Amino acid sequence: MSTDTPPTTPPSAADRYIAVQRSDEFAGLRRALRGFIFPMTVAFFLWYALYVILSAYARDFMGTKLVGNINVALVFGLLQFVSTFLIAWLYSRYADRKIDPIADRIREEIGEVKHEDGPRG
Amino acid sequence: MRMDLAVEAGDTTARNLTITLFLVFVAVTLAITIWASRQTKTATDFYAGGRSFSGFQNGMAIGGDYMSAASFLGIAGIIALYGYDGFLYSIGFLVAWLVALLLVAELLRNSGRYTMADVLAFRMRQRPVRTAAAVSTITVSIFYLLAQMVGAGALVALLLGIRPGTTFLGMDADAAKIATIIMVGALMIIYVTVGGMKGTTYVQIVKAFLLMGGATIMTVLVLAKYNFNLSSLLGDAAAASGKGSAFLEPGLRYGVEAASATQTFYNKMDLLSLGIALVLGTAGLPHILIRFYTVPTAKAARKSVLWAIGIIGTFYLLTLALGFGAAALVGGEAITAQDKAGNTAAPQLAERLGIDFLGGDLGGATLLAIIAAVAFATILAVVAGLTLASSSSLAHDFYANVIKNGQTSERQEVRVARISALVIGAVSIALSIFAQNLNVAFLVALAFAVAASGNLPAILYSLFWKRFNTSGAVWAIYGGLLAAVVLVFFSPVVSGAATSMFPDQDWQWFPLSNPGILSIPFGFFCGWLGTVISKERDDDKYAELEVRALTGAGAH
Repeated sequence: MSTDTPPTTPPSAADRYIAVQRSDEFAGLRRALRGFIFPMTVAFFLWYALYVILSAYARDFMGTKLVGNINVALVFGLLQFVSTFLIAWLYSRYADRKIDPIADRIREEIGEVKHEDGPRG
Repeated sequence: MRMDLAVEAGDTTARNLTITLFLVFVAVTLAITIWASRQTKTATDFYAGGRSFSGFQNGMAIGGDYMSAASFLGIAGIIALYGYDGFLYSIGFLVAWLVALLLVAELLRNSGRYTMADVLAFRMRQRPVRTAAAVSTITVSIFYLLAQMVGAGALVALLLGIRPGTTFLGMDADAAKIATIIMVGALMIIYVTVGGMKGTTYVQIVKAFLLMGGATIMTVLVLAKYNFNLSSLLGDAAAASGKGSAFLEPGLRYGVEAASATQTFYNKMDLLSLGIALVLGTAGLPHILIRFYTVPTAKAARKSVLWAIGIIGTFYLLTLALGFGAAALVGGEAITAQDKAGNTAAPQLAERLGIDFLGGDLGGATLLAIIAAVAFATILAVVAGLTLASSSSLAHDFYANVIKNGQTSERQEVRVARISALVIGAVSIALSIFAQNLNVAFLVALAFAVAASGNLPAILYSLFWKRFNTSGAVWAIYGGLLAAVVLVFFSPVVSGAATSMFPDQDWQWFPLSNPGILSIPFGFFCGWLGTVISKERDDDKYAELEVRALTGAGAH
């Protein structure tokens, strides 16, 4: 077993990480991150699933012509592009404003950590 | 009006020009590779390009790594022949990037070093997890490589216009196919062994610009023919297809309504299954994941994905115009006469546009040659990325951390990585020659399914689930991998149908071509089950992983 486990980091570094992880500040960072990425993942996945399911089972609806030869299927598909670009932009803005500042602050508080061995590689 | 690729008069012109342009690309990329080799001194240089790339550069390189011939020629071809359904494919490929952006890229960048397994094995026992990750990385990469290399072999005869009975440099079509496979293999080995990640990245950046440039020019020309009226392009494509408005709706290729209700049910399940695998596969593809290590910070990793989403999304919008343009201006009949799968639709469209806009056969030959050379550049950049990912994993995960138990010098490890690239390249060449006449196009979808079923559960559990452990990681990877491969092996893409890899054999019992709808939940289930039946649990190590992943403290 001993050869299989990575060499343990110096206790001071490990203890520091544990202390940080239990801090309110870090809990706030975790909440800020998960509060955005989890709901957003669920949202875009359902939105995409709806598109695929309609493509499979609601062909008449998808084939409805809107303008000229442009039908619902095409618009729905293009909206998937729009939503992807939009979510990417929203996330980038959110991360810049709400996540990076906390992460930077915590990283500075932790300071330089010497990792001679972990993650091993 | 001659719609056949490179026959008769324009024959030699197109062929010579294609070869000249391709040789220029090869010369430029080899020069870059040699330059990069001088900058490659440490293991970080070799595996991660010294982490010196900017978000924009890495975004372009991700585009170059990701937009394979299956994207460029394949999707344009599916749209040209089946209309709307090709678009469905590209949407899955694009939306998938949100998984990478939101859940994986930054956390992976912060907590890993060179390979996917760095994150998976962070708080686990190294040997079993790294072995599993190496097995999965190499399997996914080889599947993907085979599809690309066999595809390159099949294309060369078409793009160079080598017909049955004619020869080129003394080679008939079959010999040219084998020569191409060997050449593509040799070049990817050189890019990786000599240039490492730095060289490979620049090859991918150059390719991304060429591909975007080529696709943009063609799209503008197609739209110009229709006075930039998308509706009339679509109308023309639908009319030329002979299928009317059905051509603009889903259902001609995927989820086809068959005579029997059971078959219709399977077809629709297959469509959902494909959709899920496409959207969840990307963030588990090893050759994509290692690209996040080439930038200095998590913020730069985020920027690279944003650029990648921009360039990849734009590209898929262009393929929409290319596919419908080919349907309208070249026609399904002329395309299938060249290649039943439609892979030559984009080059044929280039020839047509060249004739109309640049003037005559010479113009046609010129644009055809440019697009053909871009297609080869596309293939080369992708296979180089795949070779790098698998050789990195073989050297860093398997050799250094499993065999040598972490006790090896950087120098030695990089030497093994170079040898691994040579071995993996040689194996891929051999397998591709063996498989050259088999229908292996399904391997791209299978690579996505394996990545989504085995790698993604392991990565997500690692990053977000405190309780996750060695047993869970190993179960997730092997469970998802085996489920996907076994189901496909018994599916109609391998045997039992006219379009199968082995059409004369029949051991098929699984009705879907895409295993994702079962294998992905199964992979997640295995990861959970493997975790809870093992007592191992290291909350302290998870605390370290979580803090490092979220803040970038102690990042390499």
